[in-house]
Amino acid sequence: MHRFANPARFLRMAAAVLPWSAALTVGCLGAGLWFALFDSPADYQQGETVRIMYVHVPAAWMALFVYTNLAIASAVALVWKHPLADLAARAMAPIGAAFTALSLITGSLWGQPMWGTWWVWDARLTSVLILFFLYLGHIALANAFDDPTRGNRAAAILALVGAVNVPIIKFSVDWWNTLHQPASIVRIGGPTIDSSMLTPLLLMAFGFTFYFVSVLILRIRAEILARKLRTLRFAQGEATA
Amino acid sequence: MNAFVAVVARDLRLALRAPGDSATVVLFFVLTVILFPFGVGPEPQILARIASGIAWVTALLACLLSLDRLFQLESEDGSLEQIALSPAPLELLALGKCLAHWLTTGLPLIAASPLIALFLHLPAEGYPALLAALAIGTPTLSLIGGIGAALTLGARRGGVLLPLLVLPLYIPVLIFGVAAVEAELAGLSARPHLLMLGGLAALALPLAPWAIAAALRQSLE
Repeated sequence: MHRFANPARFLRMAAAVLPWSAALTVGCLGAGLWFALFDSPADYQQGETVRIMYVHVPAAWMALFVYTNLAIASAVALVWKHPLADLAARAMAPIGAAFTALSLITGSLWGQPMWGTWWVWDARLTSVLILFFLYLGHIALANAFDDPTRGNRAAAILALVGAVNVPIIKFSVDWWNTLHQPASIVRIGGPTIDSSMLTPLLLMAFGFTFYFVSVLILRIRAEILARKLRTLRFAQGEATA
Repeated sequence: MNAFVAVVARDLRLALRAPGDSATVVLFFVLTVILFPFGVGPEPQILARIASGIAWVTALLACLLSLDRLFQLESEDGSLEQIALSPAPLELLALGKCLAHWLTTGLPLIAASPLIALFLHLPAEGYPALLAALAIGTPTLSLIGGIGAALTLGARRGGVLLPLLVLPLYIPVLIFGVAAVEAELAGLSARPHLLMLGGLAALALPLAPWAIAAALRQSLE
C-alpha cells in the first residue's frame, strides 16, 4: 500500500488512468442515457416516469459506495498515516455529497408522480438524508481547522463514526416495512428486473463509477498541487523573513 | 478505576461549585418548551399529541447546549494534557467525562421532564414511558455528544459546527424515544422501543469512548 503513498508516483499513475476513465465515463453515460431514454420499454405501471430510475438508482448506489470508500480511506489514514488517504478522503466527500443530493432530488421527482408526494418520512429516505448531513458535517469539519492535517484527522474519525449509518441505509427497506420498495437488483435469488431495463441501469452505474474515479483523480491532483503551493509559499516566506 | 472515579468526582465538584451551569440547561429546556403553547396554540389536545416529540427535541437541544464546554476548559488550561498523560486508558477517562456530563445535564433534564409533560398536557399513562425513555436515551446523547465535542476541539466556529455533526447522529435516539411514549399512549407496550434505546446505548457505550479518545489524542498532537 505504501508504494502508492508517493505523490509523484500517484501523479504518474493518475495521468495514465485519467484518459481511460474519462473516456469510459463518456462512453458508458452516453450509451446508458441512449438506452435509458430511448431504447428501453416504459414500465407497464409507471409509464415513462420509470426512466428516472436510471439516474436515481445509480446515484443512490454511488452515495453509499463513496461513503464506504470514504470510511476505508479514513481508516487507512488513521491507522497507517497514509498521506494520500487523507487527501483522497477530503477529495471524496463533496463528490459523495453531490451523489446523495442527486439521489434525493431525483427520488423526490419520482415520488411526486408515483407516491403522490415529494417527501415521506420513510426509513430509507430518512437514513439517506442523514447520510447527506454526515457528508456535509465531514466537509465542514475537514475545513474547520487552521491546520489542514488536524481537519483531515478529525474528519476521518467522524467518517468512521458515521459508517454505522451505511448498513442501516442498505437494510432499511427490509427492516422497516415502509413506502420505499425493497432491493430488486442486488438480492438473493438474482435480480427481479427485466434485462431490457437492467442493461441501461448497469451502464449508468458503471458510467457514474468511472465519473467518480475521474473526478476523484482530478481533485486529489488539485489537493496535491495546493499542498505543494502552500509548502512553497511557506518556504518563500521564511526565506524573505 | 481510581482515575475514572477521580475524573467523575472532579467534574461533579466543578459542577457543584458553579451550580448555575446545570441550572441554565434546565432553564433553557423549560423555557423552550413554554414557547410551544404560544407557537401552536394552547389547545390541550394538540399539545398532548405533540408533547413527547417536543419534550425529546428540546431535551436534545438542551443537551447540545452544554456539550461545547465538555472539553473546552480542560483544553484551554492544559489539564486535558495532564488527563491524557495519566497511566489510565484515555478511553476510560473519556467515559468518565461523559458520565459526569450525563449526571450534570441528563439527570436534571429527566428530573425536569414531568414538569414539561404537565405543561404540555401529556396524558398520565405517558409519564412512566417518557421518564424511562429519557433515562435510557440521554446517556447515549452524552456519549455521542462527547464525540462531537472532542472532534470540534480547537476548530474555528466549533460551537456552530458541533450541532451539525451531532444532530444527525441523535436522530435514532429521538425516533425510538418518541416512539416509546407514543406506543404507551396508543395502548401498546413501550418495551420494544425501550429495548431499541437500550441497544443504541449498548452500541454507544463501548464505541463512543474509543472515538472520543482518538479525537482527543489527535487534538493534542
